[in-house]
Amino acid sequence: MTGIITYGAYIPRYRIKLEEIARVWGDNAQDITGGLGVREKSLPDLDEDTATIAVEAARFALARREIDPSKIGAVYVGSESHPYAVKPTACTVGEAIGATPVMTAADYEFACKAGTAGIQACMGLVGAGMVPYGLAIGADVAQGAPSDALEYTAAAGGAAFLIGADDPIATIHRTVSFTTDTPDFWRREGQNYPRHGGRFTGDPGYFKHVQGAAKLMFEQTGKSPKDYDYAVFHQPNAKFPQRVAQMLGFTPEQIRPGLVVPTLGNTYSGASMVGLAATLDSAKPGDRVFVTSFGSGAGSDSFDIEVTDAIEAEWFRRSAAPTVRQLLANPIYVDYAVYARHKGKIVMQ
Amino acid sequence: MSVPRFWRKIPQRYNLEGTQCTSCNRTFYPPRSFCPDCRRAGETVPFRFQGKGEIVTFTVIRSASDAFAQQTPFVLAIIRLDEGPRVTGQVVLENVAEARIGMRVRPVFRRIGAEGESGVIYYGTKFVPDVPYPDT
Repeated sequence: MTGIITYGAYIPRYRIKLEEIARVWGDNAQDITGGLGVREKSLPDLDEDTATIAVEAARFALARREIDPSKIGAVYVGSESHPYAVKPTACTVGEAIGATPVMTAADYEFACKAGTAGIQACMGLVGAGMVPYGLAIGADVAQGAPSDALEYTAAAGGAAFLIGADDPIATIHRTVSFTTDTPDFWRREGQNYPRHGGRFTGDPGYFKHVQGAAKLMFEQTGKSPKDYDYAVFHQPNAKFPQRVAQMLGFTPEQIRPGLVVPTLGNTYSGASMVGLAATLDSAKPGDRVFVTSFGSGAGSDSFDIEVTDAIEAEWFRRSAAPTVRQLLANPIYVDYAVYARHKGKIVMQ
Repeated sequence: MSVPRFWRKIPQRYNLEGTQCTSCNRTFYPPRSFCPDCRRAGETVPFRFQGKGEIVTFTVIRSASDAFAQQTPFVLAIIRLDEGPRVTGQVVLENVAEARIGMRVRPVFRRIGAEGESGVIYYGTKFVPDVPYPDT
């Protein structure tokens, strides 16, 4: 059955504390961190972008398992911050992992769920027997305008999942999606930063779609939250996934391993995928994982995943790449001025 | 750098692809199509370097050309790869004062430069200290 063959995540080392951003804009730091449940967020090095993050995540995935890269027949990179408007990040990734030239590739964009849309596309290609493996990546150097609410959480990072059918470390039993035309968050062509509907991104956006996809999955599988060991939700902040988990009937213990946003921030297309990677970092054979992403615009993808014995097989070297917790450890903290330089927020002559 | 000059060398820039002599096993980076030791008796084939190695010598660039001015100060080093050849590359450090001769390094995929705001972006290999990730 189709599933996850291997996985990898990458997070740049740089961090800024939210209290430092609040200091610059005259906001109350305690209100901000308390309201969002986020203490700090990642940012890229001067020479890192979505393509470099995607490549590092993909290389970490391939470090864990011996795979002939020429058998990777599809590469999809989901992001809101592709380095080029026209020229695929996926081609750069394919070249950097040795998968070119016999492969299909494309960049996906669906706000924060473009990466999980890539997983679904790979599942289709693998399930149809068109490719042995497909690589789906969600990565972003997320954008948030100076002083906008998004600036407190927009972070950098990503995760890569190789989808295939031979001895997956986790079987994907089913995936369903729930999509509507909802303008809760958008970025027009040529604009540097996205705009959003403020608090309305929650109810008509996040909660409606995450619950829509989750309940659809429960209906189709006959399962309920108690049938799962872990759950991962899109995490634009810590409050939304905790609240939607409670609304659906999941416990705080079920979402704990995959809730990485408090010290990472919102990696947009990478967010739910990094959460899934963090959950797989400590998962055991037989664990059942429920995943629901969310992308503004708006839609959610749900996945019913079961970890297999292969995750502990001798040939799957989970320790050959860093865990998400290891990537989050030992950060380099910067002040707002250095952050602005790294994010290209200072206009140069 | 012209765009063709960049893309013709993408395998070398992204994946440290060089060559190896099938006769004496000597490796070459940048790739050579001819082994200077074995000459006609040897044949060179593609060889992908793992990219791990150690710093042989280095300098700290504090005044760079326009294309690299925003990255200063940075460390430019000659690195002896474990498979033999020496390569010149940038070593990404939190603080340039950390650079040491003999420092073990591993390759990372980074942005090397760009042709202004509308031109092509050059990606390639840089190096970081090869230290274990912290236990958590």
